[in-house]
Formats: sequence, structure tokens, C-alpha cells
Amino acid sequence: MKRLVPYIALAVFASVPLWLHDPYLLNAFITTGILIVAAMSLNLLLGYTGQLSLGHVAFFGIGAYTSALVSLGFDVELIGGIRVVHEPWPVWTGFVIGTLVAALCGYAVGKLSFKVRGAYFVIVTISFAEVVRLVALNWVELTQGPLALTSIPPMTLGVPGVGYLDFYSKQSNYYLVLAVLVVSYIVIQRLVYSRVGRAMIALKENESLAVSVGIDVTRYLVLAAVFSAGIAGAAGSLYAHYLKIIDPDVFAFLYTVTMVIMVISGGKGTLAGPIVGGLIFGFIPVAARSFATPEIQWILYGLLMIIIVFVLPKGIVPAVEKWFAAPSTRADPEPLQAKMHDTP
Amino acid sequence: MTELLQHIVNTLILGSTYALLGIGLTLIFGIMRVVNFAHGELYSFGAYALYFVGVMLGLNFFLALIVAVVLGCFAGALIEVVLLRPMRGADIDTTMLVMIGAMIVMQNGEQFVWGGVAKSVSTPFPELPLVIGSISVSWLRLFVFCAALALIGVSYLLINRTKLGKAMRATFQDRDAASLMGVNIQFIYMATFAIGSSLAAAAGALLGPVYVISPQMGNLASLKAFAIVILGGLGSIGGATIGGFLLALAEELGAGYVSSGYRDAMGFLIIIVVLLFKPTGLFARAERIG
Repeated sequence: MKRLVPYIALAVFASVPLWLHDPYLLNAFITTGILIVAAMSLNLLLGYTGQLSLGHVAFFGIGAYTSALVSLGFDVELIGGIRVVHEPWPVWTGFVIGTLVAALCGYAVGKLSFKVRGAYFVIVTISFAEVVRLVALNWVELTQGPLALTSIPPMTLGVPGVGYLDFYSKQSNYYLVLAVLVVSYIVIQRLVYSRVGRAMIALKENESLAVSVGIDVTRYLVLAAVFSAGIAGAAGSLYAHYLKIIDPDVFAFLYTVTMVIMVISGGKGTLAGPIVGGLIFGFIPVAARSFATPEIQWILYGLLMIIIVFVLPKGIVPAVEKWFAAPSTRADPEPLQAKMHDTP
Repeated sequence: MTELLQHIVNTLILGSTYALLGIGLTLIFGIMRVVNFAHGELYSFGAYALYFVGVMLGLNFFLALIVAVVLGCFAGALIEVVLLRPMRGADIDTTMLVMIGAMIVMQNGEQFVWGGVAKSVSTPFPELPLVIGSISVSWLRLFVFCAALALIGVSYLLINRTKLGKAMRATFQDRDAASLMGVNIQFIYMATFAIGSSLAAAAGALLGPVYVISPQMGNLASLKAFAIVILGGLGSIGGATIGGFLLALAEELGAGYVSSGYRDAMGFLIIIVVLLFKPTGLFARAERIG
């Protein structure tokens, strides 16, 4: 029964555009789906390696800006009078390059910042995101600064034998986001249930013990950061080509906070956690918009965050799993570890 | 040359308030191990308290300043008792999330109560600046500098010369041993958070009239305070003071000679560079307080 849950969920979500025609709600599904992909990538770092990165929005924004700039083209003069001109490329190359550039930034940031841990790691990652935000705000020649990059083309895909697919409508964008979400889910699942994933969990549980049995901690942390940043970059690229406009506000700290709440409330270190948490926090603004101003919505967000940490520190998914588990395993404090044993 | 001198004068004034922010945070982070994301909100709380008491209730400016600092002290104690006391023993990430929640609630609460339009506070100081040679400085800024220095001195004496300060230092070094010697740890934590908060509120109340008061003013203050603490080394009041002035110097010179758009980036670049090359901070030999 439990094995079927992901497939049933996928079938339900695949049917949504067939019966839901309200453009506002469909839009909410698409933006929530994009944020869920970003939250899933954060979960790889936060849930599986235990490193709280509060600069995750940097990779999302880097993916968005890179993808938009590759497909729009740019003309900048660097220091020393070197002029770089880039003609617009097909949109799907923007998506690929955006993902790769974000992953590369993940490698660089991981290589540098995993020298420090805990609170210091958090501060370094926030600082990185703020520096990137200020660059996006001030490098007007490249990014248009606060004026925003506009008329970003929608995603197009060249399929051999079929021709070009354009993602103009909300329905097609919904399926695009769903497809990226499923692929990210499978990538993260493969990674987590592999030797690499077991090494990550080992070093989260007890870093010095993991080192003593020969796990190269920095290597696995950097690997997690690369995958995490790449997936966040892919989500950012989807965001840019769906909204068709991006400004430096994509680097806002509150986006990172939203991703963190999604992961924590759903259950960090579980595959389904970011999806469950993401759906809840993605649709709170939709439910609250009729009676609350944005400030009140954010106050509710903050209060919910405090309450969830107090009441359900492990998140919703582990609590539900514990509830459905057989009495003999109900006492098991880590459902994740129980799950690890029965996977080959 | 004149330009440089003017930058240095600005640095001294800005740095003195940065030092207040940093000292408040270094006490909280050092003693309680709480990454206080609400620190910047207590900074803006101080500014709004000054506005409320000084402008809306019409109290004397100097009295209003004192009231704002006292209110900041109470707000800090309240946050500690309601949010942090039940979280005692939780890991550092969990308390950090609670403080981020508190930050979101406080900032949007300010937006809700006071609206998004920035407020300004008039002061009893003369409009004309004090001119010495080619440098000019307003009387208000001069007062801010002196008041901040006085508060830095007071907090130094509080930590190093009083019984409470001794208990705080003991708790920093070894919580369990301090507890065994009869130090009331719960009270020390509350006092630490209240003192740290009142210093942040003081910085906000002092800088509020210099600039304008808006709900977003606390946004960068928390992160700047972290930059200062990391520069100065954890738990060191002297380090936080020097760190505050260094950050102000980097911002002033960065804004003056590189680009004013990157003013706020200086603090973050400092954080990244210092943490990567000297993670214990520039001035701490080891983790200590005092």
C-alpha cells in the first residue's frame, strides 16, 4: 500500500488541469510547484546532511538570471574594456546552462563554506546570498538592476519528429513544472538511497564517527551542495520563463525562509516532506487572501513557523508515518532509518 | 584629504552605534548560543519606541530615549521567557528557526501598526552643523556618538565590575559549573537577552532620528551585527567594539571610493573573508567573554 502512495499522488496531480480551470488557482499550483522543487533541493542539504543553508535562494536566483540572460542575450563591458556580446540562444539551452551555472556556484560555495559549521555556516551562506542580490541590483548593464529583466521568452522544447513545443499556456507550464518535479524527486531519491546518501546521513548523525570510519566528509557535503544548487537553479529557470519577468527581489531572504518552512513543516530528511509542507505553505496565501492583508499573512506565517517548531519539530510526514506504522516500530524515533534498512 | 577626514568622522559616529548592536548580539550569542535573528527587529523596536514616546506622547527627547531603552529591555525579557525558555536544550538550528519566526512576526507587526511610510523624529539640537576647519558634523550626530560611547562604557563596567557580570562570565565559561556554584542560570539567560536587546534598542533609538524610521530598517541590522560579532570574535566586548568601527570604516570607504550601491555588500564580504581565513575572529585568542 505504502509503495503506491507516490503513484496515486502523481496521478491525482497529473489530472489537476483537466478539472481545474480557474487561472488563479492553476497559477498558485504552478508557483507552488516551482517552490516545492526548490524546497526539495534545500532538503537534500538540510535534511540529509544536516547543514542549514539560509542562502539557498542565491542558487534559485542565479538559475533564474542565467537562464533568462542566455535566452535574452546581453552586451556588457567588463573591467578593462573587454566587451562581451551574447546573441539570444534557444530557451532550453538557458534552462540547461542555468542549472549548470547554479551547480557550479554550489561547488564553489560548498568548497569554501564547509570549512565552518553550525551558526557560522548559516551566516556565510546568508552573506553569499546578500552579495549576489546586491550584484544583481547594482550591475545594471547586465541585469537591468531594479528595473527587472522583462519579456523573458517562455520555455520552448525542440522534440525530434514533432517540432517545437511552446509553453505559453498555464496548462502546459503546469505539466512542465510537474515533469521537473518528478525528475528532481527521482534524482534525489537515487542519490539518497545510494552509497552517497548513506554517507551523508552518517555524517549528519555523527560527524566525527563518520570521519573515523573513513568517510570523506567535505567531498560528500560538496557533492550534496552541487546537486542541491543545480536543482534549485533549475527551479529558478522555470520561475523566470513562467513569470517572464525577474528582478533582484528573487534573492529576498523571505524566499529562503519560505523554502525552510516548507522543509521543516513537512519533515526534513524525508522525500515527501517538502511536497507536503510545500502544498500547505504554498496555499496558505491563497486561503488567506480573502480576509488578510499581506502583513497579516506574513504574521500568520511567522506564528505557524514558531508553532510547528514547538509542536511538530520533526514535521508532518514522520508524524503520519509513525501513526500508520505497526505498533512494534512505533517506538522507533527515526522512521528514516527504518526505511533505510529495507532498501537494497 | 578633507574627504578622507570626513569619512573618518562619519565612521566614528556610525561605528559607535554598530558597536552597540554588536555588543548586544555577542552577549546573547556567546552566553546563550542563540543565533538571534530578531536582533535587528529589536533595533527597529527601539526606534519606533522613541517615535511613540517622543513624538506621539510628546515626551522630552532625552527622556524618550531612556524610555525606549527600558522598553527594549522589557521586550527582550518577554521574548526570552515566552520563546526561548521552552526551547532550552534544543539544538542551535531549532532556536534559530524560532527566532526567524519571531523576526517575521515583529517586522510585519511593525508594518501593520505603523504602516509602510517612513517616520522622522525631530530633535532639540540646532540645525546648523558644527564646523571645524573643513569638516562639518551635526550636533545630533555628535550626541549620538557620545551617548553610544557612554553606553559601551556602561556595558563594559556591567560585565567586568558587577556581580551580575561575574555570573554572566561564569555562565559563558561553564554553564554547569556556574549552576553548581549557585548561579541562577534561568535568570542569567533572561538578563543577558534583556541587556542585549536594550543595547540594540538603544542603537535604533539613537540612529532613528539621524535617518528615518521604517519597518525595513532592521533587515540588514541583524546581519551587520553578525558581521561585527564574527569580526571581533565571539563573546568579546572589546572585539565587538573594534568590529563595529571596522565595519563602519569598510562601509564608508567602500561607499566613498568604490560604489555607494555596494555599501552594504562590504559587511558580507568581510564575513566571508574572515570566516574563511580566521574563523575565530580577528581579536579573540580563544572564545572568551569580557
